[in-house]
Amino acid sequence: MTVLFYLLALVATVATFLCITERHPVHAVVYLVTSFFSLAVIFYLLGAPLVAAFEVIIYAGAIMVLFLFSIMMIRPEVTEIDLHPGFRDWWPALLLGGILLAALGYTIFSQPLRQGTVSPGEIREFARLLFQKYGVAVEIVSLQLLFALVGAHYLGGRRR
Amino acid sequence: MGQMPDTLDLLITIAKLGVILVVILTLAANLVLAERRLLAWIQDRQGPNRVGPQGLLQPLADLIKLVTKEDLCPDGADRWLFLLAPAMAAIPAILTFAVIPFGPPLSLLGREIPLQVVDLHVGVLFFVALSSIAVYGVALGGWASNSKYALLGGIRGLAQLISYELVMGLSLAPVVMLARSFSLNDIVAAQADLPFILFQPVAFALFFISILAECKRTPFDLPEAESELVAGFHAEYSGLRFGLFFVGEYLNVIVLGALATTFFLGGWHGPLLPPIVWFCAKVSAFCFLFIWIRGTLPRLRSDQLMQLCWKVLTPVALGNILCTGWWLTIKP
Repeated sequence: MTVLFYLLALVATVATFLCITERHPVHAVVYLVTSFFSLAVIFYLLGAPLVAAFEVIIYAGAIMVLFLFSIMMIRPEVTEIDLHPGFRDWWPALLLGGILLAALGYTIFSQPLRQGTVSPGEIREFARLLFQKYGVAVEIVSLQLLFALVGAHYLGGRRR
Repeated sequence: MGQMPDTLDLLITIAKLGVILVVILTLAANLVLAERRLLAWIQDRQGPNRVGPQGLLQPLADLIKLVTKEDLCPDGADRWLFLLAPAMAAIPAILTFAVIPFGPPLSLLGREIPLQVVDLHVGVLFFVALSSIAVYGVALGGWASNSKYALLGGIRGLAQLISYELVMGLSLAPVVMLARSFSLNDIVAAQADLPFILFQPVAFALFFISILAECKRTPFDLPEAESELVAGFHAEYSGLRFGLFFVGEYLNVIVLGALATTFFLGGWHGPLLPPIVWFCAKVSAFCFLFIWIRGTLPRLRSDQLMQLCWKVLTPVALGNILCTGWWLTIKP
């Protein structure tokens, strides 16, 4: 199990790294999908098959497919970009990444690690949490998505 | 489950995997022959009947032909993706067999052997996840071929598969609501008295239409429309790689037929005959239905395909979920 975990973690890291450095958009998509897959298997190993399934269905199966669809439709040219961006270009990334890393470090060192448990009622508990405890929040997020959809339709329709 | 899996359990699992792999690959090859002969009869022809009695050895001859053909890779194609795409199309279909229960647990030498490789409690989601991955084989195969026909086929396939996947997922929600479980074993067990098709005829119709679209068969065979796109996403493939795409399609027919059996026709449940016979009969009936439809219906247009999915099937599926919810709440 541990060997498998480190193997998958290695695959995920290398694939994500290649996804960033790869210049060809379609290849980058394929690397990112590989990375999502290894993440899904890692979730499964950690005793969260539901999260693993969602990872594949939503990220690998829906979002990346839409990426691929738009890349195939508009066929962007592989552009030569400046490989040595100055400080001006990457300070926002540095700032946001720093905040993320600090939060992660704080979480790891301030709380004891909790062991994940496998239970057949996992889906039931998950659904209760999602639609009863946090029901209002879920509805608000769905409404936001609806706004985005209507907005996209309006913007897309105006061009014609 | 508490005990550690011992060597015998491992051997049994490996044996099950091997048997399933051999059986479904053989079935898929023979389904090609069955389709050619049935289509021929529908069109008042004879079909391939020269190799062996009634043409039964035709799959073998086809295999030899495919193996000995040259494995072409067109100029300007994206070599790695081009070579990998056929496998991406066939592997999800084979993997889905892992969660399908073929029959009740078998008692052999005092040991319970479930006729299913693994009983995941997220079985339905496992199937949905795999079917959403199957898109990549078509899309990348079409894109990597560096050909306009293949690219158009790939884009069509992509749009079609992601649209109909939604309907398929929504049509499975009532089944899960009735069975109160995502495990395929529990779904079959819930249909011990009456199959779900009697409670959910609308969901069954939706599921059947969307699996027709999922395996890219007439009337939804736009990704490979021969008359306009040559052969669509697999136009540039030759030899065994073409064979993999081809067999992948038939594997999909079998696996989706088996899933429709499991979700709506009560799986292996049935009177008199042994369960495994019932299961095979139901799956064969689905395969026949697929071939029959191909011999009968014309192809849809691209816009009709999308209109049907988004403006007809999706609202009906959502309404069906709502009605099922109401029914389950007011039911005593």
